[in-house]
Amino acid sequence: MDKTVNQKAWFLVLPVLLLVAFSAVIPLMTVVNYSVQDTFGNNQFFWAGLEWFEEMLASERMWDALQRQAIFSAIILAIEVPLGILVALNMPKRGIWVSVCLVLMSLPLLIPWNVVGTIWQIFGRVDIGLLGHTLAALGIDYNYTQNAGDAWVTLIVMDVWHWTSLVALLAYAGLQSIPDAYYQAAKIDQASRWAVFRYIELPKMTGVLMIAILLRFMDSFMIYTEPFVVTGGGPGNATTFLSIDLVKMALGQFDLGPAAAFSIMYFLVILLISWVFYTVMVNLDKREGK
Amino acid sequence: MDLSWMAWTLPTAIFFGVIATLLITFTVLAIKFPETPRVGILRIETTRGDRLFITLLGSAFLNLAWLGIVGANQPYALILCLIYAAAVFRWV
Repeated sequence: MDKTVNQKAWFLVLPVLLLVAFSAVIPLMTVVNYSVQDTFGNNQFFWAGLEWFEEMLASERMWDALQRQAIFSAIILAIEVPLGILVALNMPKRGIWVSVCLVLMSLPLLIPWNVVGTIWQIFGRVDIGLLGHTLAALGIDYNYTQNAGDAWVTLIVMDVWHWTSLVALLAYAGLQSIPDAYYQAAKIDQASRWAVFRYIELPKMTGVLMIAILLRFMDSFMIYTEPFVVTGGGPGNATTFLSIDLVKMALGQFDLGPAAAFSIMYFLVILLISWVFYTVMVNLDKREGK
Repeated sequence: MDLSWMAWTLPTAIFFGVIATLLITFTVLAIKFPETPRVGILRIETTRGDRLFITLLGSAFLNLAWLGIVGANQPYALILCLIYAAAVFRWV
């Protein structure tokens, strides 16, 4: 049967296009304009060419922040993805406990970033915080405001607490979509628990896991509020991630040119990695569809 | 309409103009001459539009790499980008 092609439906996305133009495209264009100019405020700009890009590419500060950011994202992905799968595998499949689990798991996801930051900021304090005080009572020297390692551990544990549920919920949705027949067949073949996971559950979860990894990567790579509230980027620069450094540069020092050059490079890195994830995801879907 | 807050300059206006023209050209091409996606050396299905995206994104990184490593004669980076673009449209 011949399908009629009607491209007029594209007009239906026009409102979204307008919205994106105002919220993303025009600001991005402005950032590009800023990146090649210098300003002393008062809306006066002077041509600077590619100077800021050169400065940023040679800036140790940016490379350090990028390195910290990459390490942070890698660590939280390495923890949250396996942990999320583990949680999803152990969640009940039917009955009242399903709802209880789902509600409990969604709770951290509903808390605003700055509140999560505040909770952990107080939780970790040695004088009044439950965690900090308990650790001190156990004789463990823990202080996230002075020790870089402690600050990192606090931020990672906080992120795991905040976002593992997202991975778990997505993985759970993937698991629920596997028909019982697969498990029955595995039982007949006397497949081990590992074989069931490796050859049935994991392949069926790949699609949702890719989405989970993409979401967690993008979110962790752009993380700002939580570390800003908990450590403020310190001690020293130990937890100054890309966006924290960017805000310091743009708003703290009012270096709009360098900050604009910085953001464009930041944007390009995120765009590249997101495109890779997206392409892999789409190709996985196609392969499964065949 | 006052656009002074956007701090436009001639080079950036040309830059966005070129990208907008490319997007419009490729949209018109896609409507006038529909195509089937093909699989190239990246082992992924790509259309002309995908290849344009890969070209533009890659060119951005090529330019940055040139600026960071060579640091002078930036226009030569554009020649490199054109070679890269030709390669992407031929083989990807």
